Amino acid sequence: MLGSYLIRRFFLMLLTLFGISVLVFTMLRVVPGNIADILFDAAGMIDTAEKGKLEKELGLDRPIAVQYAQWIGGLAHGDLGYSYVSEKPALDEILPRIPITAKLAGLALLFSILFGVPLGVVSAVKQNSGLDYVLRVISLSGLSMPAFWLGLLILMVFVKYFGTIPIYTDPPQGFWSSLWLYSVPAAAVGFRSSALVMRLTRSSMLEVLRQDYIRTARAKGASDSNVNYHHALRNAVLPVVTVIGIEAAFLMGGLIVTETVFNIPGVARFLVEAIRWRDYPIVQNLVMFIAVVAVSINFLVDLLYAVLDPRIKYSG
Amino acid sequence: MGTKFVALATAILASLMIFAAQAAEPKHGGILKVYHRETPPSLSIHEEATFSVNAPAMGIFNNLVEYDQHKPQNSIDTIVPDLATSWAWSKDATELTFKLRQGVKWHDGVAFTSKDVKCTFDLLRGTAQDKFRKDPRKGWYAFVTDVSVKGDDEVTFHLARPQPSLLAMLASGYTPIYPCHVPAAQMRTHPIGTGPFKFVEMKQNESIKLEKNPDYWKKGLPYLDGIEYTIIKNRATAVLAFVAGKVDMTFPTEMTAALVKDIKAQDPKAVCEITPINVSTNLIVNLDSPPFNNPELRTAMALSLDRKSLIDIILQGQGDQGGSLLPPPEGVWGLPPDILKTIPGYGDVKKDREQARAIMTKLGYSADKPLKIKVATRNLATYRDPAAVLIDQFKSIYIDAELDPVESSAWFAKVARKDYQVGLNLTGNGIDDPDQAFYENYSCGSERNYTHYCNKDLEKLFDQQSAETDLAKRKKLVWEIDKKIQEDGARPILFHARTGMCWKPYVKNMTVMSNSAYNGYRYEDIWLDK
Repeated sequence: MLGSYLIRRFFLMLLTLFGISVLVFTMLRVVPGNIADILFDAAGMIDTAEKGKLEKELGLDRPIAVQYAQWIGGLAHGDLGYSYVSEKPALDEILPRIPITAKLAGLALLFSILFGVPLGVVSAVKQNSGLDYVLRVISLSGLSMPAFWLGLLILMVFVKYFGTIPIYTDPPQGFWSSLWLYSVPAAAVGFRSSALVMRLTRSSMLEVLRQDYIRTARAKGASDSNVNYHHALRNAVLPVVTVIGIEAAFLMGGLIVTETVFNIPGVARFLVEAIRWRDYPIVQNLVMFIAVVAVSINFLVDLLYAVLDPRIKYSG
Repeated sequence: MGTKFVALATAILASLMIFAAQAAEPKHGGILKVYHRETPPSLSIHEEATFSVNAPAMGIFNNLVEYDQHKPQNSIDTIVPDLATSWAWSKDATELTFKLRQGVKWHDGVAFTSKDVKCTFDLLRGTAQDKFRKDPRKGWYAFVTDVSVKGDDEVTFHLARPQPSLLAMLASGYTPIYPCHVPAAQMRTHPIGTGPFKFVEMKQNESIKLEKNPDYWKKGLPYLDGIEYTIIKNRATAVLAFVAGKVDMTFPTEMTAALVKDIKAQDPKAVCEITPINVSTNLIVNLDSPPFNNPELRTAMALSLDRKSLIDIILQGQGDQGGSLLPPPEGVWGLPPDILKTIPGYGDVKKDREQARAIMTKLGYSADKPLKIKVATRNLATYRDPAAVLIDQFKSIYIDAELDPVESSAWFAKVARKDYQVGLNLTGNGIDDPDQAFYENYSCGSERNYTHYCNKDLEKLFDQQSAETDLAKRKKLVWEIDKKIQEDGARPILFHARTGMCWKPYVKNMTVMSNSAYNGYRYEDIWLDK
């Protein structure tokens, strides 16, 4: 049963990725301007003949279908093409940036789970208490503070009180150096994510705590912690896991603001810069990478449901 | 007691003098850390037109001649030898011969010769077999008919007619000498030069690293072990990085007056300078699109401008009014104030606007029946903000304008198609020189003459001033031309901006150029007093 489900999901994933590839490829070419326009724009000149030569050199004069086939053909053979800007292999440009964003996203996610889930449970269990109100204000702040503003505020505080700032100017050397560099931006991102997780955990817990089986558990004399964490949380956590999964996928490509403010040379900032340059090989491959991550996380979350809730059965 | 006091005072004074002398003695070593505002399109200076390239790349190269790196005002009098040891004009001023330095090596160990100079200018003139992908300053060498070599140490530029400005162009940071043996394409990704610093690496969005050239032909230089440019796109982060000491210097021209004030408040010891950068903000009008083909309407538009307000609002007063060339005292060729105020639109704003309204009324426009137009500009703050103020100023003469922000990459294509009515543009001048400014921006058929303004009579004057070897006579001609260009409303200049740059007090020997943002980045004798 599970085997046929996995095969079906795998093919669905492939179909989704194919759809994304067509969409990204087309959208990039619909946006006005290409790399030749931008390079000549940077040089402050208009020379249509020279621009035409450059477009030909880069294969941009070929029909879109041919360009797409070339890209997908190359991708199948592990050839991602060359960055138009740096003139280096796209793979060499993309690969070193993935671990940077992965570390930042991983730490941010850890932050959001470590703070969001327990505080959400506390907030639900202590509903309408002073603590609940404080936690709700904090979570609302997390959701409403713009990441850009919060990031800059953190940097200003660091400059004022510590005389230094945790921004990326050189690659960190060693574990502690990495931790120092990534933990502050991760906390800035994680604050928003944890607020989301906390609010969702709270509302989900409140719903579960009103269920009959919780009342039964209490009537049987189960302790508060046993009821809250063993019976209620396990059932309340399913929607939370879904949101964490979505957050994880979002964090791989959605850290543009944080990467910009903390000057982290990760995937998201690179992607935005590549879009600005219309560096098609970088944008296409990077978006596909993010899509693969997102689709895979989604798949893993689906599998995790069965672990968390044994009632869920997969069928082909 | 008195003698002891005098002895003590003398000893203290002597110690202080020794300390001061030691402090002034340049020190070797250290990495200069600078923030860079963006990833440059490449490091091939010849193919680009932004000081985002010149700033990190100028130290990799040498020119034949250069502007004295410690004289802020670039002029023909501040040109000093670089790879050339001397130069001489022929009697008829159509040949410029350079004697070249011997024993100079490229960073890869190959010897520098006169052939490299010829190769560089053949590439620039498009006569070489190898080609640049872009050649934005081809026009600078329009009057060079040939570059010939004599042995390894002499090179001569042959000109169709005298052009004193050629030397100024050769001294620009935009005119490094490239090696013959390295393809133009490689110069974009891994440039090889003869300069004080060797290229190490450029990582997109991350950094550009240069290291000391231990075999630099100027013995004892550079003082620095290297220069590292950290690319920080967010200006607020960059300012904080400077204040926190993560970088020793801000990127040239990037600090506004407000940011300089902010930096000084947070780091009072920081050394900051605000100077003109020879970039003008100007109005481009589509001369082929009715009703803008009517010179009277263009005059009315020029008369509506309140330049002082624009400078006060946009630049907190850090800007100058002028013509197409940078105004004095920093500008060498700019229109003096007494001539400037005689040009329509540079006088009394109230009176000028009354006159403009009269013209508009005559053309059939009024407060109830305004002329509706679109003001196109790049969708970047430095363009958009003055455009918004400009739109407000147009209202005073019955012009109801709407902002048309254009995605940056589509800007030049739109201008080239003449798909605009009125636009706001920024024009940077690589050197403070009339030939560069006039031929590039106002000459019939020039790629950078965005409005396609073409005045054949003025064109003759361009040539006349260009060939004039008497500086005083030439200046008068230049003023006459600039005045005429402004009167014609060819590209009304709104203002010349001043911007700032800051560095830590231990960065020594830093000089900011006051009439160009493209020529002062060799950094061979910058040192760190740490």
